[in-house]
Amino acid sequence: MEDHRISALADLLAEAERTGQGTQPLTALHEDLTIEQAYHVQLTNIERRVKAGDRIVGKKIGLTSLAMQKLLGVDQPDYGHLLESMVIENRGEIPMRRVMQPKVEGEIAFVLKQDLIGPRVTVLDVLQATDYVVPALEIVDSRVSDWKIKLPDTIADNASSGLYVLGGRPMKVEELDLTQVGMVLYRNGQIENTGVGAAALGNPAACVAWLANALFRFGITLKAGEVILSGALSAAVNAQPGDTFTARFAHLGEASVSFTLD
Amino acid sequence: MTMNNKALAEYLVSAETEKREVTRITAEHPELTVEDAYVIQEQLVGMKLEQGYRIVGPKMGLTSRAKMKQMNVEEPIYGYIFDYMVEDSGRISMSDLIHPKVEAEIAFIMGKDLEGPGVTGAQALAATDYVIPALEIIDSRYENFQFTLPDVIADNASSSRVIFGSAMRRPGELELDLVGVTLSINGQLKDLGAGAAVVGHPAHSVAMLANMLARKGLKIKKGDIILTGGITGAVMLSTGDYVTAKWDGLGEIGFTVSE
Repeated sequence: MEDHRISALADLLAEAERTGQGTQPLTALHEDLTIEQAYHVQLTNIERRVKAGDRIVGKKIGLTSLAMQKLLGVDQPDYGHLLESMVIENRGEIPMRRVMQPKVEGEIAFVLKQDLIGPRVTVLDVLQATDYVVPALEIVDSRVSDWKIKLPDTIADNASSGLYVLGGRPMKVEELDLTQVGMVLYRNGQIENTGVGAAALGNPAACVAWLANALFRFGITLKAGEVILSGALSAAVNAQPGDTFTARFAHLGEASVSFTLD
Repeated sequence: MTMNNKALAEYLVSAETEKREVTRITAEHPELTVEDAYVIQEQLVGMKLEQGYRIVGPKMGLTSRAKMKQMNVEEPIYGYIFDYMVEDSGRISMSDLIHPKVEAEIAFIMGKDLEGPGVTGAQALAATDYVIPALEIIDSRYENFQFTLPDVIADNASSSRVIFGSAMRRPGELELDLVGVTLSINGQLKDLGAGAAVVGHPAHSVAMLANMLARKGLKIKKGDIILTGGITGAVMLSTGDYVTAKWDGLGEIGFTVSE
């Protein structure tokens, strides 16, 4: 696919985000859109944002649960970029105009103290390179109407990233068993679902290792100080104006966020 | 109630003993109420006591929001675990069972009597000596696990087998609603959850049990071991399966399913 077509697809997504009007799936326009091309569309929009003054602060990994992979008919995760403009403070508010069709997930976030360079990063490498983990809420969102996404659609759309919240207390990875960390997600005080670390590819650290290795082919390194959202521990829950979401994690504390009308 | 409670209890006990599935009792008695069903369950429990079996403790069922919604109920149900159901050999036999499923739970060992009404989760925790991990094998005596609420209550809440873990913790040592649990079969992750999947907190399940028993003038007794309800969903078992489950802070349990 020529550069100008990649650029045109990036325009569609950027325009959808600017206007708040979802686009039709890119795969409806280009049935043959490959995963590789989709990542180039994603990178095009990220580079434009960085040029406009935003900054890359980390990465997110998506499609880490068997349920999500089945839903999209894929057998691997995907990833997107976290930007400075996506950060919401713990217990903060999100005006609905900042999002389009938001859903909320509870995750474990990693903050690195060393760079991680693929292509042979292991779980043990990730644990040794991690400064600390904290509980996180990810607000996923789609610039594609009605979330009608196939794998290349969500990849091109920055892996359906929206906003994110870090909360709780930072902990060293040696202080807990990441695979068994329990999580409860509440919406307005009601339990929506529960999860556990192993929901993300069996181990959240395995997701980070996958990411480091997947980034290698794009010449990208995970850098010290970066925040990595490692993947949802339970199903994403739709957010409505007025909703408050809280995720409580064993050992790690909680992260919370509210959605306001404007 | 016009039907014979004792005959219905015998019908269910013989289905269990003969390891065969039977037609649900509401097929013939659609008017059966929840109260009627507990009367049949009492008959069934009485028959097992007469046979010389001992009650280990009550168990709670339908404690997840998903199951309550599915059965359209507001509160869980209870049944009883007997000594012959406790499996310590590290294996269960398919030939002893009908169509077993497994779910991971947290069990409470009671240090004091607990009597409703009005008991809360905090009081339940205070009356608890230890919490331990447990794998419960449920095995409805009904065809294809198809039943209405009164059916499953009469059938002793599908109770069949239980495998307790050896890690005992004081209830205050853990945040029980945040204990993460994974359930795997032959190395493949089948289901997972956290303690809060059980009516918000496993201790809340014990409190609800005390309050439900109080309506019948009964109470939870010191020494009872209570199964609080599935943290994971129930997963179908097959011959040859090796089942493992892991609890954060409460260790692991494994068992095999033989012929």
